[in-house]
Amino acid sequence: MKQQRKKWSDYLWIVSATYFTLGFFNIVFAWLGVICFLIPLLMAIFGGTKGYCNNYCGRGQLFLLIGNTLKLSRRRLAPRWLSSRWFRNGFLVFFLFFFVQMVYITVLVAQGASSLSETIHLLWTFHVPWHWAYPVAVEPWRAQFAFGLYGIMLTSLIVGVLLTVFFRPRTWCVFCPMGNMTQMICKAKNKQYDGK
Amino acid sequence: MDEMKKTPHVRRRPRFRAENERKRCVACGVCVKACPRGAVSVWRGCYAVVNDEKCIGCGLCVKACPAGVMHKVENE
Repeated sequence: MKQQRKKWSDYLWIVSATYFTLGFFNIVFAWLGVICFLIPLLMAIFGGTKGYCNNYCGRGQLFLLIGNTLKLSRRRLAPRWLSSRWFRNGFLVFFLFFFVQMVYITVLVAQGASSLSETIHLLWTFHVPWHWAYPVAVEPWRAQFAFGLYGIMLTSLIVGVLLTVFFRPRTWCVFCPMGNMTQMICKAKNKQYDGK
Repeated sequence: MDEMKKTPHVRRRPRFRAENERKRCVACGVCVKACPRGAVSVWRGCYAVVNDEKCIGCGLCVKACPAGVMHKVENE
């Protein structure tokens, strides 16, 4: 069978893996995660495509690596409701709620109304101590945002890996909030061309 | 017999083809990467489209699709 030739963008999983490794040792690197939120949105708003999901998402490639290359996937089809509109949009609202909460806590820390919590919020439930990754040189609010963002990123990685193992690789993408948002933007932008 | 030799590039229609449920497609692009023929593309970030000229109905995209919206259907 003819294999598609690999491009430079097929190795972006290394960037994603590096991101999670660096964040384990120094939480300030978690700020780089902002790129993962901005690039897909910018590509959708200005390009009208899901080019980020399709080509450049390092996390998605990490799931493919685990599922296809390492063969750690049962390859069963996930339940159909996972890709239903109500679940995707519901999860987006759920995700945005935690994102706004994270920003709000950052503001509170910046104002001095709340003290820095050197923990990461995992799976929307557990506050896991992460104090070893906190360099003292950084302003508390910057560190707070980094802890918050790293928690969101790590949560999606854990859920995504579990879904990859139990179902098919990249099952996370089916209801990924970023993927949903960019698809919404693309659909709104391209309505004029769509005959269906 | 001679006439048949003159037309060697007549492509037989494959028995199967891939078909996408556009309304439920999440446009993640897994099928694009799975297709060995380059027959699948994502249309403007909205849904995947299959080029029937290139698709041979191998079903690799069907097995790869995490949303289960790609289907192997028989050509009429």
